[in-house]
Amino acid sequence: MNATWIKRLDLAGMAILIASLVLVVIWAFPIFWALLSTATPAETAGGFFRTYANVLFTTDLGRWYLNSIVTSGGVTIIVIAISSACGYAISQIEFTGRRLLWLLILGSFMIPVQALIVNHFFLVYQWGLLNTWLGVILPQLIAPIAAIVYKQFFDAIPREFGEAAFIDGAKHWQIFLKIYLPMNWGVTLALAIIVFIGAWNAFLWPFLAVTKPELMNVTVSIAEIRSYGVSGLAAAMMAGLPVAVIYLLFQRRITDAITMSVGITSDK
Amino acid sequence: MSTQRDRKENLAALPLVAPFVLVYAALFVYPSLEMLVTSFTDGALTKSGDWVGLENYAKLFRDRYFGAALRNTLYFVALTVVPGAMFGLLLALVVNNLKGYWQAIALSVFFVPFILPVSTVTAIANLLTDTANGPLGGLVTSPNGTVIPVWRSATWFMPAVAVLTIWWTVGLNVLLFLAGLRTIPRDIYEAAGLDGAGRWAAFRYLTWPLLRPITILVLTIQLISQIRVFDQIYLMASQGPGRSATVLVQYIYSVAFQRNQAGYASAVAVALFALGVGVVVLQFQLLRLRRTR
Repeated sequence: MNATWIKRLDLAGMAILIASLVLVVIWAFPIFWALLSTATPAETAGGFFRTYANVLFTTDLGRWYLNSIVTSGGVTIIVIAISSACGYAISQIEFTGRRLLWLLILGSFMIPVQALIVNHFFLVYQWGLLNTWLGVILPQLIAPIAAIVYKQFFDAIPREFGEAAFIDGAKHWQIFLKIYLPMNWGVTLALAIIVFIGAWNAFLWPFLAVTKPELMNVTVSIAEIRSYGVSGLAAAMMAGLPVAVIYLLFQRRITDAITMSVGITSDK
Repeated sequence: MSTQRDRKENLAALPLVAPFVLVYAALFVYPSLEMLVTSFTDGALTKSGDWVGLENYAKLFRDRYFGAALRNTLYFVALTVVPGAMFGLLLALVVNNLKGYWQAIALSVFFVPFILPVSTVTAIANLLTDTANGPLGGLVTSPNGTVIPVWRSATWFMPAVAVLTIWWTVGLNVLLFLAGLRTIPRDIYEAAGLDGAGRWAAFRYLTWPLLRPITILVLTIQLISQIRVFDQIYLMASQGPGRSATVLVQYIYSVAFQRNQAGYASAVAVALFALGVGVVVLQFQLLRLRRTR
């Protein structure tokens, strides 16, 4: 190998590195600019924290946060509870209709559920649940990703684990609750985070199901009650803050769960 | 004996499966069937209507706003699916090429927008493209130099929403491609390196073909999620281009909730459903084609 070859390689490597840096800067720029804009307010006196404190204490943001936390938390708890049990059953028990149920779950993952808004609205209206937390929660329970991941995770566990307990006379629900579920709290945590973030970010259904401002989720209220300027922007940033913090705390779990949900198994 | 075993298994599965099945029956299967039934009636949003046969479907073919919504949806799909996947691959290669701490930072930078709610993202977009103060506000101009506000322009609206959408959601594609890149063993490249293969050749003849399954997966996920687009288009369109930017889900919303025609809205929804099923069938066919080749 001669010197010119090495030189050319270095140049190419350098160019790639610079291009990479440019792309990172471009992608980071919008959020950086938004944060910067809330830090240099033209209309309110005081700095960065003052702007955010103003938004928090002079608007109904606290109330909207509460609505988001309750509905997203409710969706998360119910989805995890029903999906883990169902995922276990599909993975471990040969019951009638098992294949049909699995196809139904995959189907609901692929078909646009947004097509159902009219009928969801009618249903929730009939149940008298418009403008309630439960009404916001119900249609969001169709979150097939959790059942899919649980099924795939339980599939990967060696059969001997369950069979040993079977010989001791344990029932399926006991094996699920005492052996399989505790075996992977990490998966449960990751799924709970994903479902929570999804529900927090949901827009269309919470937007349809609630018309009273005091019952709106934060993502809906921020968009509906459009206030421009620094405080409007700060409020919008606050709507994203909780999920951003959750992501930064649990990065690895979240990314692992997402890749797992689409069936890519990493070696690590 | 096998039936006895079946019964035992069914009994064991029942308590575990029942809650899930109940929820899916009430909130997925029933509304889907209800949608089909409603599409043959002239029902209102909160009131069942009379049977009108295929009239709503006949109307779909005459309705130029439905035609426009379908075209806009397909236009949005064309602007986002392949470009989004290409950016995803490009940025995944960027992340993969970096080392240690820098790798984690780059991945976070590309992924963070994806987890933000739509209202935060559209607020940021409004800030950046503000024609008076936004750093990107003066990007699009007419030939004589006057600034065009992209969100009010029938021509620029969709491309602008597509750029916004790719910035917002590319993180998922990056993540999937990155996971794909990590399944490729290093020694394949080392072997190729010994033969003097350049970077481009290594990408073209090793990485790209090996990533094929992931590429198909990414394109499918993109297609599935972009035909159901609503949020960002609805929020950005409130400023102006009107009907010229309506997409299918938005049309369902406006027919049902603003015109109060649930029957016709259901027919539009069935069309969207059919489009979704079409995508899935197409994907299965593609996968089968790959296997038989």
